[in-house]
Amino acid sequence: MQVLQFTDKGIYCPAGDFYIDPWQPVERAVITHAHSDHARYGSKHYLCQHDSVYLLQLRLGQDISVQGVAYGEVIRYNGVSISLHPAGHIIGSAQVRVQQGNEVWVFSGDYKVENDGISGQFEPVPCNTFITECTFGLPIYNWQPQAVIFSNIRQWVQDNQAAGKNSVILGYSLGKAQRLLYHLRDVTEQIWAHGAIYIPHQLLREKGWDLPEIHRITPETPASAYKNNLIIGPPSAADTSWMRRFNPYALGVCSGWMQVRGNMRRRNADAGFALSDHADWTGLLQAVRATGAEKVYTTHGFSSAFARYLTENGIPAQEVKTEYGDTDEELNIPETTPNEQ
Amino acid sequence: MKEFATLIRILSNSTKTNEKLDALSKYMATADAADRLWVLALFTGRRPKRTVNATQLSTWCLQMTGLPSWLYEECYHTVGDLAETIALLLPPGKSISVHPLHYWIDQLIQLEKADETTKQTFILKAWEELDTSERFVFNKLITGGFRIGVSQKMMVNALAATYDIPAATISHMISGNWDPQKTTIEALLSENITEADASKPFPFYLAYALETGPAELGVPEQWQAEWKWDGIRGQIIKRNGQLFVWSRGEELITEKFPEYQPLLDLLPEGTVLDGEILTFADGFPLPFQTLQTRIGRKNVTRKQLQEAPVAFLSYDLLEWEGQDIRTTALQERRQLLEQLVEKINHPTLRLSPAITFHDWGELAAFRLQAREKGSEGLMLKKLDSAYQVGRKRGDWWKWKIDPLTIDAVMIYAQKGHGRRSNLYTDYTFAVRDGEQLVSFTKAYSGLTDKEINEVDNWVKRNSIEKFGPVRTVKPELVFEIGFEGIAASNRHKSGVALRFPRILRWRKDKPVTEINTLTDLQQLLQMHKQ
Repeated sequence: MQVLQFTDKGIYCPAGDFYIDPWQPVERAVITHAHSDHARYGSKHYLCQHDSVYLLQLRLGQDISVQGVAYGEVIRYNGVSISLHPAGHIIGSAQVRVQQGNEVWVFSGDYKVENDGISGQFEPVPCNTFITECTFGLPIYNWQPQAVIFSNIRQWVQDNQAAGKNSVILGYSLGKAQRLLYHLRDVTEQIWAHGAIYIPHQLLREKGWDLPEIHRITPETPASAYKNNLIIGPPSAADTSWMRRFNPYALGVCSGWMQVRGNMRRRNADAGFALSDHADWTGLLQAVRATGAEKVYTTHGFSSAFARYLTENGIPAQEVKTEYGDTDEELNIPETTPNEQ
Repeated sequence: MKEFATLIRILSNSTKTNEKLDALSKYMATADAADRLWVLALFTGRRPKRTVNATQLSTWCLQMTGLPSWLYEECYHTVGDLAETIALLLPPGKSISVHPLHYWIDQLIQLEKADETTKQTFILKAWEELDTSERFVFNKLITGGFRIGVSQKMMVNALAATYDIPAATISHMISGNWDPQKTTIEALLSENITEADASKPFPFYLAYALETGPAELGVPEQWQAEWKWDGIRGQIIKRNGQLFVWSRGEELITEKFPEYQPLLDLLPEGTVLDGEILTFADGFPLPFQTLQTRIGRKNVTRKQLQEAPVAFLSYDLLEWEGQDIRTTALQERRQLLEQLVEKINHPTLRLSPAITFHDWGELAAFRLQAREKGSEGLMLKKLDSAYQVGRKRGDWWKWKIDPLTIDAVMIYAQKGHGRRSNLYTDYTFAVRDGEQLVSFTKAYSGLTDKEINEVDNWVKRNSIEKFGPVRTVKPELVFEIGFEGIAASNRHKSGVALRFPRILRWRKDKPVTEINTLTDLQQLLQMHKQ
C-alpha cells in the first residue's frame, strides 16, 4: 500500500488515517499553510506548525480544534511518523514528511527556496517519494534575486512621488503583504493598508514578528493621509471603487505571473514585479534533486510539463490532479476577509 | 537600445493614451535622429527586411539552453510571443551594450547575404551583450510586429507635438512608399509632399459604426447613402505618367492587379480615386474569398485573372487636375467623379452607386437587401462633408447589417497571444450532425475579460486530450457565433467557410442538445451564397 494516496478528498495516509490539506471535511487534517486553498473549513482536527495555528484560527474561526507542532518535531499516528519542515512559502508554512517503516514520503505544499526573511529557509528533506507543487514549472519562470526586485519597487515608488502620485501595490494579504512590508518598511513616511492586509498584519505583530507599523484605511481616512505614501491592498481590490480614493496613483502588481508581459497588460497595472512566494524553475529542480527522491508526483501548476521533464532527466515523475490553487498564484484564491468600502 | 526598450516597456504597460503619447513624444524629442526614424518606421509597419528567421532563432536558443524542443514549444504557447519566450529562456545577459537602436537594425540588415555561421555568431553575441528587456526588443526587430497599442493616430500626434506641424499634414507626410534606409526624418517631414514622391497616397478617411439608427443624423436630404462593399479599400493614383494602387494598409499593390493597367492611359494626369478593390463578374461582386486568392500572390496567374477578375468601385475623388480637393464638399467631388467614370467608360473602373431614398425608413428597408447586393451594409456620408484624415465621427458612418448567427458548442481550445497569453482564448466550435459534432469555425473574440477567465478556468478543468497546444474539451459550453457571410469551402470538414466569425454571446441558458445542426448551416449557405 502506498504511504500516501490521492483521493477525491485530498492526499490521504491510509496507515495513519489522516489527510494532508484536504479539500473536503475529514476527521484529521494535517495543514501545510494557512492559505484558503490548502486550509479549508469543516475538518474535526487540524495539525499544523505553531505559527500557522493562529493564522488558521483567524481564517477558520477560533473554535477549531487545532494542534501546533514545531518544525522537526515528530508526531505518531498508528505507527506512522509525521513531521513538518520549513517550506519558505509564508509564515508558518511547512512541508509534511510521513514515514511508514523505512519508507519516507514528503508533500511540499507550496514553497520557495529563496529565504525571504520571515517565512523560514526551505529545508530539503530526503525522501523516497516527493510530491511537489509546480505553479511555475516552466523554464521561462526564473526570478531575479529579491534584492533586485525590491530595489526596483523602491525606485518605482520614488518615481511615482516625483510625478505626484501615490503608489498602490496589490499583493495577497497573507504572505505577499508581509514580505513586502518587511522589506519596504521605510520606503515612504507612512504605509497604509486595506483591512484584509491590516488584520493579519496586526495579529502577526502581536505575536512578535518583526513587521513595521502600518495604518488601516477606513472610509474616514482623509485623502491627504495617502499623499506620496505606499498603499497595500489585496488583489481583489483591483478595478473596484475602493481604489478611487487614492487618485492620483500608480498601480503595481507583485506576482510571479508578472514575468510575462501579456499577464501584466491584462491586469491593467502600471508596473508589474515578478515577485513570487513560489519556487521558480531553477528552484523547483534544485528542490527535487536535493530530496534524492526516486519517484516524484507533480501537482498544481505546469504539472504535466514538469513531470515529463523530470522523467526525461532520470527522475520518474507523474502528474496528479489536486484542487489546490490551479495555475493562478493569487488570482483564483478567494479573499476570506470581506472587502471594506 | 536601452531607451528603446524602456519606450516599449512603457508603451506596452500603460493603458492610458495620454501616458503613451507622452512617452512617445518624449522619445521623439530626445532620441538620436536615426533612431527616431526607425521608431516611426517600425510603428507604421515598415519593418527592415528579415535576414534571420524565427526557426533559426529557436534553434540557436535551444542550443544555448539545452532544453528539449517540446518544452520550448510549451513555453512558447504559454508566453504567446516568440521574441519574449527566447528573451526569458536565455541565461542572464551581461547588459554591456551601448549601441543605439539603429546600430542593431543596420547590423541585422547587413546580414542579408551572410552565411548561417556569421548570422549565428552575430545573434549569440547580441544576446550576450543585451539585458532581458533589450533582448526582447532585439528579437522583436527580427520576428516583427510590436503590437503594443500604438496607433497610427498616436504616432501622428506625437510627431505633430514634437515638430509643431498639423496632425493631418503629418499623416500625409508619413504615408506611402518611403524607405527608412534611404531617407531621414528631416527629409520625410519637409514640406513638399507630392513633389518628393509622386506615389504618395492620401491618408484614408474612415467611418465609425452607427450604433443605433440614422434617425439622430437629422434630415435625410443632407446625406448620401451607398452600399458598403466587402473588398479592400484602395486608392488609385495617376501622377507623373505613372499609376499607383494602394491598399488601406498602405501597401503598394499596383503589380498585384494588372487589370488596372489600362487606367494608366485613360485617367487624366493628377488624379486620385478612393474606392473598393473587388472581384467582380457579370456586374456583380464575388465573395471576399475569391479576392483572397489574389492578395497573397506576387505573380498573378492567367487562371486567377479569369476566375477572380477585379474591378475598382470608386466612391470618391481626392485629387483632380493635380489639385488636392479633399476640402471640397462631397457632392461636388461626387459630381466630378461621376463625370470622370462616365467619360472613361472602362469595365474596370466602376462607380459605387448612390442609393436614392426619401426617408430613413426607406433606407432601413434598403439595408435589409444588402446581402443580396453582395454588400455588408450601408455607408452614410454627409453631402457637404470634406474628406477627412483617419477615423472621425460626425460626417461619415457605416451602418452594417446584423450578422448571421449559429449556436454552437466549443470542442477545442488553445492559448492566446499578447494580452491573452497563458489563457485559453482561441476556440473551435462545432454544430451537430446526428450523433456527431462537426467543427465549422474558430473564433477568438467577443467575450469580456471576466468571461474569458471563467472559460479559461473551465477549460483547464475539463480537458479530455492534449494535442500540442490544443486541448480537446468536453462539449458542454454553448456560444452564439455571429458572422458576416458564408461560402462553400472544401477546405473545412463542414463544407463552409465563414467571414468574420466571432462570439456574440455565451449561451449559458442553452444545453448542447439544442445547438444548431449541420443542416442549419447548409440552409444558411443556400440562402446567402452569392
